[in-house]
Formats: sequence, C-alpha cells, structure tokens
Amino acid sequence: MRARMLTYTKQDSPVHRLSGAAKLIVFIAWSLTAMITYDTRCLVVMLLISLVLFKVSTVRFQDYAFVLYFILFFFLLNHLAIFLFSPLEGTRIYGTRHDLFHLAGRYTVTAEQLFYQLNIALKYAVVIPVALLFLLTTDPSEFAASLNRIGVNYKIAYSVSLALRYIPDIQRDYENISFSAQARGIDLSRKEKLPRRLKNIVSILLPLILSSIERIEKISTAMELRGFGSGRKRTWYMGRPFTGRDYFALGLMLSLAAAALIITFYDGSRFYSIF
Amino acid sequence: MSKAVIEFTDFSFTYRAQQEPTLRGINLSIREGEKVLIVGPSGSGKSTLAHCINGLIPFYYPGETAGSLRIMGQEQQEQSIAALSQTVGTVLQDPDGQFVGLTVGEDIAFVLENAAVPLQEMKERVTAAARAAGIGDLLSASPQELSGGQKQKTMLAGVLAGNVDILLFDEPLASLDPFTGTRTIEHIDRLQRETGKTVIIIEHRLEEVLHRPVDRIIIMNDGVIACDLPPAELLSSGLLAGTGLREPLYLTALRYAGVAVTPDLQPQHPELIRLEGAAQRLEQWVDGYREQSGPAEAVPLLELKEVTFGYERETAVLDKLSLTVNRGEMLAIAGRNGAGKSTVSKLICGFYKPSSGSIWLNGRDIGRDTIKERAERIGFVMQNPNHMLSKTLLYDEVAFGLKLRDVPEELIRERVHGVLRICGLHAFREWPISALSYGQKKRVTIASILVLEPEIIILDEPTAGQDYRHYNEMMEFLRGLSSRGITVIMITHDMHLMLEYAQRAIVLADGKKAGDDRPERILTDRSIVEKANLRETSLYTLALRAGLQQPEELVRTFIAFDREVRRR
Repeated sequence: MRARMLTYTKQDSPVHRLSGAAKLIVFIAWSLTAMITYDTRCLVVMLLISLVLFKVSTVRFQDYAFVLYFILFFFLLNHLAIFLFSPLEGTRIYGTRHDLFHLAGRYTVTAEQLFYQLNIALKYAVVIPVALLFLLTTDPSEFAASLNRIGVNYKIAYSVSLALRYIPDIQRDYENISFSAQARGIDLSRKEKLPRRLKNIVSILLPLILSSIERIEKISTAMELRGFGSGRKRTWYMGRPFTGRDYFALGLMLSLAAAALIITFYDGSRFYSIF
Repeated sequence: MSKAVIEFTDFSFTYRAQQEPTLRGINLSIREGEKVLIVGPSGSGKSTLAHCINGLIPFYYPGETAGSLRIMGQEQQEQSIAALSQTVGTVLQDPDGQFVGLTVGEDIAFVLENAAVPLQEMKERVTAAARAAGIGDLLSASPQELSGGQKQKTMLAGVLAGNVDILLFDEPLASLDPFTGTRTIEHIDRLQRETGKTVIIIEHRLEEVLHRPVDRIIIMNDGVIACDLPPAELLSSGLLAGTGLREPLYLTALRYAGVAVTPDLQPQHPELIRLEGAAQRLEQWVDGYREQSGPAEAVPLLELKEVTFGYERETAVLDKLSLTVNRGEMLAIAGRNGAGKSTVSKLICGFYKPSSGSIWLNGRDIGRDTIKERAERIGFVMQNPNHMLSKTLLYDEVAFGLKLRDVPEELIRERVHGVLRICGLHAFREWPISALSYGQKKRVTIASILVLEPEIIILDEPTAGQDYRHYNEMMEFLRGLSSRGITVIMITHDMHLMLEYAQRAIVLADGKKAGDDRPERILTDRSIVEKANLRETSLYTLALRAGLQQPEELVRTFIAFDREVRRR
C-alpha cells in the first residue's frame, strides 16, 4: 500500500559500502562541477561515469522509475520554457548565428540554441543519476550523521532524520483524518467543485496541523528527557568512520573535478564552443 | 537503612499559567532500591510529580516552586534536564511519540549519542541494553515493524543503556493490551530485582501493576499525598474508593460476598490471598443472587458475510470473516494489534472495499454505498478526538455534518441542541473547543456523529487513557445511547469495559473469528484469552482458588451485582 519510492534498500555493492559522508561530499562536488562547466566533452565523460556507477550499484529500475519519469517531464517543460523565453540564448553565448529554420515571429531555431540546450540536457543527465544514486544507496539513518560530519550543526542534521522517522506516522494521521472527514460528508473527490473542494481540504488540514503540533510537543519532551541538545557535540550510532575506500573515492572525485574545471576554463570561458 | 534517592520536603509547584498550585506541601522520600507505585485520578498531580523527578519541571514547563526536592542528595533546581537524565531514566506513556530513532538500535543509542559516547563503547552498551530488555535480535527493525510491547521494550532499553539509578515509568500500561501489559510488569520486576535500581511506576491501573509486588503505594489526590502505605494495608483500608480509583475486582467481589478484607489476608495478589472461610461465603453469594432480566431478542442489523481483505495483495488481514451485529446491542470487538479490529470498522464505514464477501445493513447489501451515504447510518468515532475536530466553536463542529448535507438552518439548530443535551454539552454550546477537556472533546466528536442520527455508532477505544471516573462517565453515557435504541460497537482491549458494558464480545485472531460469546465466557476461556492477548480476569482466578463449582458463575454474578450497586 505504501509507496516505496526513492527509499533505501539494503544491498551490497561498492557504492553502498562507501560511508554516507563520503557519498554526500562526492555528490556535492559532482553537482557543483556539473553546474559550473558547459564543456560538452567533460559532461559526456561524466555522463558515462555516472552510468557506470549506476551499473556498479545494482539498484533496481523500479525503485526510481516513477521519480525518473517525473523528472523527465519537468526536464521537457524546462527545455520548452528556455526556448520560449529566450530562443536566441545560444547565439548570445557563443557569439555566432547559424539559422536552421524559422518557426514564427521571433522564434528561429539556430544551431547554437540546439547546442546550448544539448549542454543543459547533459547537465541534467549528469546530475540526476548521481542524486538518485545518493538517495537510493544511503541509509537514511546515516544521512544525519553524514550531514553533521561535513559541518552541519547536529541539531539541524538531526531534524532531517526526525522528518524521515515521522513521515509515515503523519501519513497515517492524514489518512485517518481524511476518512473521518469523508464520513462527515466532506467530499474530496473530483465530484465537488474546485472552490468547495479547496475549502474542504482546509478543514482536513486544521486537525492534521493540530495533531502534528501535539506530536512535536511529545517528541521534544522525550528528546529533552534523553539529553538532546545539552552538549556541543554528539556522536552517531550509525556514523561510519572513513576507510581507505572512502578516501580513494574522495581523491578520485577531487581529481575529476579539478580536471573538468581546468579543461573548462582553459580557454577563459565556461562555454565550450564548436562554432 | 539505605539512603534516600528522592526527597521532597514541603514541596509545592504552580505552573506559570495557573493561579492555584498543582502540588501542595509534598513530603515524600524514596529510598534506593525501592519499588514504588504512585496512583491517582487524572488531574491529581501524579504526572506533575513525575515531571518534577525527571526535571521537565521546572526546566521545560516553567513555574513557581517552594520547598525542596533533592535527587541523589542534590537540589533538583541546581541541575539541568540533561544532568538529571544521567540519573533518572523516564519511560513515557506513548511509546510511539518518543521513538525518535529510525531503527531500534538508534533509538536505544539516543541518550548515549547525546552524551557523546565513543562509537565502539556505544555499540557495546546498546547491544547489552537491548539484550537485557529482551529485544536483542531487533536492533535494525524500524518502528513501523514493531508491536506496542516491542516499542515499550525499546524505550526501556534506551533508559537502561544510559546506566541511570532511578527508573521512572509514566503510565507504562496506557497503550498496551492486557497480555503485553502483564508481561511489561513482569519485566520491570525482574529488572528491578536483578539490577537493584529504584523503580517508580505511575499508573491508575492498580490491579495490573500489582501483578508483581511493590513496596509502597502512594495515592495522589488533588495535589497532595492522600496516603502512603504498603499494598496490603492500603487495599484493606477502603481509602481507594474515596479517590475515584478502582480497587482490584477480586477484592470488590470479596466485599460484595461479605468477606472483610484485612492485611493478613494478603490481599495484594489473587494468587496469594488467603481464602479460608471466604470460599463458602462466595458460594453462598453466587447461589443467592438471581439476575433480573433475561437476554433481549436478537434482531440482526449489520452482517458481514465471508469478508476477505488485505492491504497488500498477498497478505490477508481478514480471512472470510462473518459476523452479525444485533439491533440495539452493545458489542465489543477485541483482539491483539494487527488482528484486524480497526480494519473491520474501516470496511464497515466504506473507507476500504473488501476484496471478496459482502456487508449487509437491514438486509440490504451496502457494498455500493459511498462513505458519505454509509455515514448517515453508521457513525465512526476515532480514538483521538483531535483527529476529528476541525472547527473552533463547539456548535459549528456539531453542526458541520448537517451543513454539508444542506439541511435547513432551523432544523440544524434544533437537532444540534437536542444532541448537545443528550451528550451533556448543552452548557458549553458557546465555548471554543480548545477550552474543553479531553473527555469533553471526545463527547463533542460523538455528538458530531450522533447529529446525523445513525443507527450504529462504532467507537475505537472509547475510554483509552481515561481514569476510572471518566471511564465510568463515558461508558454510562454510551449505555444511555444504547438504551435509546442506538447500536454501539466498541473496538477495545480494555477487559473491564468488555466485562461490564458489552453484552457480547467478538474476538478476532489472525483475521478470523476466535470467539463470539458473552464477555464473561470469553474472558474465562483460556484459549481465546491467549489468542487475543487478553488476560484472564482476576475474578476467575479468585473463583478457581476458592474452588467454586462453576467459576464463570462468579464472574457473571459479579457483573450483574456490580452494575446494580453502581446504579444505586
């Protein structure tokens, strides 16, 4: 019944074996690199690497299929929007103009625009698999410990873990509340007209918010009673110390990032041009 | 004599938002290694007392204190919650709310993590604590996979891992079924004997806690300590009755039979109590009492026919379940967690559709009726009233269901006022809901269902977390509804409720019907009791110990007699 989307499954692979903190650092460095560079060669290489990583990690397609389709949809929407709002962005960036064909009004398809949008697409393709991979192969329990390790205050890091802990409970509350609301006669289905439906949803939200506040009060007393927030530091039961493997992965990532950035900025511009 | 670990001297406390002190002139000393039970009706200040011991007062709930409270010889005010958490380990009443970790292991480790214990040592201590609590093989389980009892054990292990000197249990039985509750009490007892720690239990379910011996019982009433006695003397004193607490049923039965309860009878446990001479009295009482009314005629109102249902395709929660609810009866549905009790009510209300089988109301298949249509004939009251209340004013809340059905304004007013009178809420009709007590809120939710004039009302744990006085009020109210011809179905594992108010009890186990009979027969049938995680009633234990010919007769006589006594 419960949607098991983007959830961690316990598996054994070289990617799973890396510590959460190492994966988090790799993920951040990877995304930054991909965001900075517009060098098609670097992006293609990174894409290949990310596909290899996916293969190595042995995660199952059905674990992320839905999210992938969802992202794909926004990806297309984004491309459409780029073209609609600035059809000559590529020309502006690369400084040349090769018209391919004219559509209507100010919309002309240029080779530069296509190349620019190809690069954007590549960026997506490079970042998304690694983001998915990070979520799918990192034990949520270890996530908070990883955040804390890279310097995030432990109170903030722990709130991430708490959110993960209580999402299923709040889902259950929501289900119960909406059931009883429907029994009272509140129609949430499409049969109801939109304004009334929105009003009906609000009357479900109020008890949900109140019961969540009640829950928060309970949790915070329980945490307080168990000494949370008293010290400046805390240790993590699920934290894993760095091993040789982790240092190796970090080293690899840093050299990759350095190489990509050097190649990108070698000629003084972020944008690699074929024109 | 061992030293005092907790010492209240002329201690008083007033919450910041209140004028009157909640605790007044408390003088109490608890010695090392003692096992103390603190009882009292809700609002008596027993939880406030617990909060003083674990430091939530004054560090989390601020207020005025007077007098002194020393914990391990140190003034409490001069410490902090974190410092106190190294000495006092608290197990709170709702194990769900305090389970902060994503797995059992993490949750046990929480207190160690916060004390920045190194990883290696932490792992060892967590494993040891989990083993001591009896959940050594569940370290990587998530809270959703655990039963109520296992969650409670996790809490206990979390406290043990911290190596505290004092264990404080704040209503540990509130969310457990009777069987698991019994196990918890046994477990606490064993731990206390093995480790010699000081144990303080705060509960209002006296009989359940006394399943294992305690050194002293302290009764709180109205912010003061009403009495502080060893169990045998307290139970013989008759002081319980004055405080709105319920004495163990077997003792009430003995009193009804005319047996004087004295400390040398060993009245603290039905297995210990000395019954020389009492057996004959009991026998006479049972023989001499004749029940007034016979069973009413049974007319089927709601029928489930071979209903099968599962949330996931492979696992069936209900397996070809058939049951009948008769018009005007009060029916209890019992069973352990996951036996399908709540699922049955959700199917009846139409929240889910059965994968096979049918549901009939008044001889008509209601399989195609919508949730809204069914709600006009079958009302459903959830356990937590806060899940149902969506308006700020009481009147609007009760009128809501009618407004949504476009009933004319005048008729709404008439019906709402009528229902408020039945529910004893008419005086509060102008009040905001937030100003009402928990029990009153619960009544508001019932009123908001009754206003639709259903034939059946289903209540999920109608008395959960309420003390004896409120329990009585609620149940008498439901009986009043029943006498108005409304059929009442109660989903519960409260055995007192079942015994005293249900005319019939249906027990579910593994999605099937394990029993369907009068509650006194259900609660004296060992195999059903085991299947449903219930507990044999102490009345039955008493009857067996007294060597009565027909032990169920004692149970039946007691219920009928007790009902009359309470009605007087």
